[in-house]
Amino acid sequence: MINSKVFFKGLKSLIGTRSPAIPLAACFVALGALLKDAGFNLQQSAASSFFTYALPGQLVMAESLLIGTSLLNIFIAVWLVNFRLYPMTVSLFPLLKHKSQPKWKYYLSCHFLAVSSWLIAKDSYKKIVKKHRLDFWIGIGIGTWTTAILTTLLGYLMADYLSKDLMIGLAIVNPVYFFCMMIGAMKNFAISLAVIGGTLFGPAFYLISTEWSILIAGLSAGTIAYIFERKSGSK
Amino acid sequence: MPGLLLIFLKGKVDPNNTIILAIIVTSLATYISRFLGVMTSETVKEDSKVFKWFNLVAYSTLAALLGRMVVFPAGVLADADIIIRLSVLIICILIFILTKKNLVLPTLFSAILLSTLTSL
Repeated sequence: MINSKVFFKGLKSLIGTRSPAIPLAACFVALGALLKDAGFNLQQSAASSFFTYALPGQLVMAESLLIGTSLLNIFIAVWLVNFRLYPMTVSLFPLLKHKSQPKWKYYLSCHFLAVSSWLIAKDSYKKIVKKHRLDFWIGIGIGTWTTAILTTLLGYLMADYLSKDLMIGLAIVNPVYFFCMMIGAMKNFAISLAVIGGTLFGPAFYLISTEWSILIAGLSAGTIAYIFERKSGSK
Repeated sequence: MPGLLLIFLKGKVDPNNTIILAIIVTSLATYISRFLGVMTSETVKEDSKVFKWFNLVAYSTLAALLGRMVVFPAGVLADADIIIRLSVLIICILIFILTKKNLVLPTLFSAILLSTLTSL
């Protein structure tokens, strides 16, 4: 059902100098503390990371609950902020496809898709033969997902000991990690253009629409990069 | 059923139930994108034009989210001055490049540096 050797290879991406464990821990510890503030109990905090496992959406949910918005508004806001997972899935899963793998494994393992696991998979999928890539992905996913759940619990339990300055410090870890990973991924002109364009468009469109900014910025910067790629004929 | 719809639209219920419903709603709103992504992937080939477009849109959407997180952060990060936030980010990216793409050092350093700078 699963190739354990490849699975553990994926799981091992949690250790070493390119490990996502520290940034994941930093942001989910902060989230755990925030969920406690929002009135969640320990089980609810763990359940949030277990079932959602997408930090920006969880932040939106916690903040929406704090200000008391309706569930419909939460749904729309979360969908918009987590919509990035759609193009991310489409840009990863065709690379994992193999006829020997059952469909349910794809639909189940897509739950592990988050920025950290996606960046690791995109960075290292070529090292694995196509037949076993899905098992490698599941290894990465289980590792990052479990880290997120456990550190959410840790953050909840440590909430009273986390000073505001420390919380601010934890909050920058995630963007720093992701930016570093993205810079590492800028291996050709089109990707570099997409990353730089997105970085500039994201905050710029936020001034026009807070909810739609990421979606519109991503679509426009990505499409511009694609047009450039087509015209220049680069890879 | 009408009761449930009312809860969904107005959210005025027992706080504990609201939290559980919020977790369900958030998880569904998130899983939809992943689920649709897998469905679309079934028909997309890795050497196709569509795949290339999706790949670039994925990178740019992610970059847009990150840009927004640093420039217009939600939560506590907003309490640190934007100049400090951007300086910490740039310093840490330089560390990443100088340490031959070590990710542990810049991420650890970013938390220490920003905590120290904001507590001054």
